[in-house]
Amino acid sequence: MGGVVAALGACAPAKSTAAAQQPRPAAATPARDTTRPAPGLGAVSAPNADPFPSTYVVPPSRATVIRNVTILTAAGPTIRDGSVFLRDGKIAAVGTSVSAPGDAEVIDGRGKYLTPGIIDDHSHMGVYAAPGGDALSDGNELTNPVTANVWAEHSVWPQDPQFPRALASGVTTAQILPGSGNLIGGRSVVLKIVPSPSVQGMKFPGAKYGLKMACGENPKRVYAARGPSTRMGNVAGYRAAWIQAEAYRRRWDKWNADHQGDPPQRDLGLETLAEVLRGNILVHNHCYRADEMMQMIDIAKEFGYKIRSFHHGVEAYKIADRLAKEGISASLWSDWGGFKMEAMDGVRANLAMVSAAGARAIVHSDDPSGMQRLNQDAAKAMAAGEQIGIHTTEDQAIKWLTINPAWALGLDDKIGSIEVGKNADVVLWSADPFSVYARVDRVWIDGVPAFDRANPASWWRTDFELGNVPLPTGGAK
Amino acid sequence: MKPGSGNSERGTGRRLPIIFVATAAAVFGLTPLARAQTVAVTGGKVFPVSGPPIENGTVLVRDGKIVAVGANVAVPNGATRIDATGKWVTPGLINALTSLGVAEINAVPATVDRTARGDSGVAASFPVWEGINPASTLFAPARNEGVTSVGVIPTGGLIAGQAAVIDLVPGALTDMIDKAPIAMVAQFGDARDGGSNARGEQFARFKELLDDARTYSRRRAEFERAQTRPFAARRADLEALIPVIEGRLPLLINVDQASDIDAVLRLARESNVKVIVAGGAESWKVADKLAAANVPVIVGAMINIPQAFSTLGSRQETPALLQRAGVKTVLIGNGSGEEGFNVRNLKYDAGVAVAYGLKWDDALRAITLTPAEVFGVANRVGSLQPGRDANIVVWSGDPFEFATRVEHVLIRGREVVQPSRQDELMQRYKTYPPAYRKP
Repeated sequence: MGGVVAALGACAPAKSTAAAQQPRPAAATPARDTTRPAPGLGAVSAPNADPFPSTYVVPPSRATVIRNVTILTAAGPTIRDGSVFLRDGKIAAVGTSVSAPGDAEVIDGRGKYLTPGIIDDHSHMGVYAAPGGDALSDGNELTNPVTANVWAEHSVWPQDPQFPRALASGVTTAQILPGSGNLIGGRSVVLKIVPSPSVQGMKFPGAKYGLKMACGENPKRVYAARGPSTRMGNVAGYRAAWIQAEAYRRRWDKWNADHQGDPPQRDLGLETLAEVLRGNILVHNHCYRADEMMQMIDIAKEFGYKIRSFHHGVEAYKIADRLAKEGISASLWSDWGGFKMEAMDGVRANLAMVSAAGARAIVHSDDPSGMQRLNQDAAKAMAAGEQIGIHTTEDQAIKWLTINPAWALGLDDKIGSIEVGKNADVVLWSADPFSVYARVDRVWIDGVPAFDRANPASWWRTDFELGNVPLPTGGAK
Repeated sequence: MKPGSGNSERGTGRRLPIIFVATAAAVFGLTPLARAQTVAVTGGKVFPVSGPPIENGTVLVRDGKIVAVGANVAVPNGATRIDATGKWVTPGLINALTSLGVAEINAVPATVDRTARGDSGVAASFPVWEGINPASTLFAPARNEGVTSVGVIPTGGLIAGQAAVIDLVPGALTDMIDKAPIAMVAQFGDARDGGSNARGEQFARFKELLDDARTYSRRRAEFERAQTRPFAARRADLEALIPVIEGRLPLLINVDQASDIDAVLRLARESNVKVIVAGGAESWKVADKLAAANVPVIVGAMINIPQAFSTLGSRQETPALLQRAGVKTVLIGNGSGEEGFNVRNLKYDAGVAVAYGLKWDDALRAITLTPAEVFGVANRVGSLQPGRDANIVVWSGDPFEFATRVEHVLIRGREVVQPSRQDELMQRYKTYPPAYRKP
């Protein structure tokens, strides 16, 4: 009996109801070879293991109706003078009018805009926390060019004051990635932007892990002395890692199927890579140049995995039709570029060009300041597209901030649009979010009020901020 | 080149031939000929900044200078007209703190000339403008989006060197410079790369350097005969500090923490120097003191991350709070990535400052006339009034809004139309598969 538990054991019993709602596929449980001692819990490499499960539980919330508001749904055309009904953490109704119980809180959204919660699929909050400095610099494990064994969540400091600022800017979900100093930097983690003393309390229940990979200048600069020191060295490094991973996957898939003999030696890095090969972890690949992206696509085909998103991709517009064909999204800035050779060809219409070619365009930040203005980044890209004859509607552009990054994280069935049944993550803006003057007035996460600009006493302040950071209210006295 | 040609060509391949005209004019020194004409920008909503907005106004330009601004300006026969009906007309924007021309690609050291080696953190004699590359590809993106002048600022060390203001006009460096030097640049606080290890030590070094410059200026002859005590800096650096101690050149100090700003105000008083505060993350906490001391602040509207212990009080309302307290406030881009390509984003910083409480008119002033005043170039740039250089931008609407297009940029009376590298790349790839690309 103990042996069966052991085979399942890496998938620890779900502690939270939220996690229980998202059961992971269980490994097959064939009869064990009873002639040998059962392997201990930690010795088994099981698919979809969840050793650090989310403890986030959707809090109870009051039914809420937001009326008379312009709704950018990210699922269809803009609804003018519309209403949204939030109940039990979900979007219960949306339309020009909705019926709601008499005890629901009613918010008048006249003159305002409602959007889905903003999703940033490229953040280093928590792993490069503020204030910066060695003590909180935990995002790049620069001890080996391949560190698939590290998990970003083990570096996340939940008291990072960047979290509440992201929330106050409408960001409700973020993918926290390891840095780009390594060829393979480790696992990402998807967080809800909520206060918690532990990272487990922020983890998005049921979200898949991501794998951070990086092309180009960063790894070859970091490892110039020991290698890889060239782009060809980079490519040899990825391929060597995937060759090992494929052998590992075969060994473990066989053992997990037949339980014959001693289990193979477990290896954290190869375990993560094997999960990519099984399709259980999504690849997020930092890559600036078009030529390198094309090579990464070939490497993915050689080893049988998919790239979910190219990040930064300042040259994505050069191959946007190919990205569309391959089903790879592009996570982009509007106008960062020029700061290094591989970023020289960044253009402000990149998002609009990629989107027009039929690929999924995503506005990402990689930066706690840019993260607070992803809507403005989208607006800049819209305007730049306009200047070269590419018209982007607000209904398209809102997808760059919401449903497209939700897809990149494998969460587009839960978040990213204002549709019945989706999580009630919504943002109320003071004006059209593509205007420079728009500010976030209110944010709900799972139907629970998470930010209200009009009520500073309610603002989330991390433990660090107490005594250190003044509440940004009041005058100069 | 015909003013007015820029707008219709924008966004089409036909812009390309126009570059060659512009370039040829610059190369062959034809700029004065191009200037020797009268241009009238008519019918727009004109924001002179030095005065109230004028509906249906005209800006008349002759030989590169503004000669008249108003609602009833007669347009002489033969003047080239730029119809700005329904458009907004402002002075060219001024981005006060940039590395434009001295930092092409940050990660390629051979293209970066903003930081001197100096001597124990002191590089007072470093004239950063001497390294400006007029062929920089970064001028066009800024200019095409309405920035016509920039401060070029040295960085690093305790005293980084001397800054300049340039116009983004095609031509040689000598054509570009409005004024150099405009300030001696220094930093105080966190920075420990200036040969000091503590704030108090930095304070003492500033005082020592300024005292030595004063002594040196009085005892030059003895210095030449080696009859003075040793000084804390090299001769050239002491020489460069003389205009500072004489109050002719302001000391622009990068400083964030409120207590450090307070120390800088004390230093200014005790050493009798004029200072400008730059960065100023916590300047809102000492806004009244800054106003009383008549010290301008150069600050951004997009910082609210307590990124360092010296910036724990960063907030987006800072420009509005400073303005309300009566501080002369200059807005800069300080969202991340605002350098290089994104000197152009200054107008959006102004928009964000408005969203966080700054009045719209004050925001426009903070990116035009106020920086010109702070840097002592208001007699040339920063406003639309007779006698000023004709640095003029015609916008399709509110300059701070994303959807607004720049329709015309005139620098010193001449319309400059020069696509950036980025414009050319977008043209090359805007349809799929790109004609340029082979499979």
